Amino acid sequence: MEVFLQVLVNGLMLGGLFAIIGIGLTLIFGIVKVINFAHGEFLMVGMYAAFLLTTALDVHPYTTAIAVIPLLFVFGMLTQRFLIQPLMNARDDHIQIFVTVGLSTALINLALLVFGAEFATTPPSGLRTALEIGPVRVLVGQLVVFGAATLLVVGLTLYLNNTQFGRAIRAVAQNRAAARLMGINVNWVYIVTFGLGAACVGLAASLIAPLYPTSQTIGTYFVLIAFVVVVLGGMGSITGAFLGAMVIGLIDSFSAYYIGSDLREVAVFTVFLLILILRPQGLFGGRQTLSHVS
Amino acid sequence: MMLEVRHVDAGYGATTILNDVSLTVDEGEVVTIVGANGAGKTTTLRTISSLIKPTSGSVLFDGEDISRKGADEIVEMGITMIPEGRQLFPDMTVRENLMMGAFKKSARAHQADTLEEVLDLFPRVHERLDQNANSLSGGEQQMVAIARGLMARPRLLMFDEPSLGLAPIIVTQVFEVIDKIVATGATVLIVEQNVFHTLKAADRGYVLENGAIVMADKADALLDNEHVRKAYLGI
Repeated sequence: MEVFLQVLVNGLMLGGLFAIIGIGLTLIFGIVKVINFAHGEFLMVGMYAAFLLTTALDVHPYTTAIAVIPLLFVFGMLTQRFLIQPLMNARDDHIQIFVTVGLSTALINLALLVFGAEFATTPPSGLRTALEIGPVRVLVGQLVVFGAATLLVVGLTLYLNNTQFGRAIRAVAQNRAAARLMGINVNWVYIVTFGLGAACVGLAASLIAPLYPTSQTIGTYFVLIAFVVVVLGGMGSITGAFLGAMVIGLIDSFSAYYIGSDLREVAVFTVFLLILILRPQGLFGGRQTLSHVS
Repeated sequence: MMLEVRHVDAGYGATTILNDVSLTVDEGEVVTIVGANGAGKTTTLRTISSLIKPTSGSVLFDGEDISRKGADEIVEMGITMIPEGRQLFPDMTVRENLMMGAFKKSARAHQADTLEEVLDLFPRVHERLDQNANSLSGGEQQMVAIARGLMARPRLLMFDEPSLGLAPIIVTQVFEVIDKIVATGATVLIVEQNVFHTLKAADRGYVLENGAIVMADKADALLDNEHVRKAYLGI
């Protein structure tokens, strides 16, 4: 029973990690309708930034979020404005995919050039200390990630439902043409949304950096799972992505313990394929918009 | 002159639809554009809204050339179009749809007052405020679309086929609402397939055929015109 509880908690903590990375991706997908293949590299950029700031300024890694979140926000805005927007009206939507794939490759190689092939290890600053809560053990840093992911879901949902600009973001997702007739600058909404999606991953970067060593390929690993999470969540639903992340985290954790840790990814992707075949609209979605965030 | 469309050519991609279209709307006037399907009526409204840019000619609002401005700037300046086919935000409540109508800066401050005024015109919309827009009937949706347009407190209100696809009894209700809006002294440019009713409500009208204005006159003169009666009124 104690083992079961531990495996359950491990799964939820892992889910928190996937959620905090997947939420930004689902926001961009749900509103801008662009699949950001560079999302993992945004995370990588954020983690390097967190690493550099932590070591250079000798501060707690969490403190770097003050700088990393705005940095990624601006980075996301620039990506949308100068790479995606010029192609928004291209005859073939798929061309945007190639742009984000290109950006991803460019960032990986740029990081290799700047940081070399070695891992950049952000000081753990006590975040890899285990807390004993009853029969289970959790790392402090994992608990913070889980809490932050939960707050992010609640915060974004409140923002999208209760502010004028948040509603404008949903309006653009639901009917772009009508949104323009309301006087909404649709291109600006896309730029801000891309920025917000990237900012989410900026927060993730500062929280994850002390837990995992940073490398050029760190994003590739996480983002693959993030895509699974987005699809499971129903493509563009924030709460759906959060729940999808929990499902994947639990499958990962339980299969690692009860089947074998070599087979955890096999288990995750087998379940993913089964769900795609049986329920292509995702576990928690159906509609393609961010409308059902409430 | 509030609105002046001067020698406009416009279309989609390589397809030109409007050919040297000129028209004017003065403050307080109700003007209609009459024409067959595909004549370019919607294209004219879309050009004024800056959803498409004219390839030549210009659109002036209060004497200022607005043909190169963004669609959002046009709305901010006071031109609101109620589009064909309702175009509501389906997964938003009626209230949220109306709030989006008052998105532009100059309308946002008066949002609460405007909402009260607008709901007086639309008692049915009032009852549906907290329902999702996609749960409404077609007629109710059209009422919300008109109410949403009014939320912007536009100086020039443009209707694109407000009665299209609605049951006859609903059409009557839509026209009652439009008549009420006209009675408040609003400046209106309306495109509508129900030519008879629209010409009755309008001060002036233009007849658009194959993307060109072929006739412009007082509305009652157009109602008596032989060509209009034959081609558009079926008399």
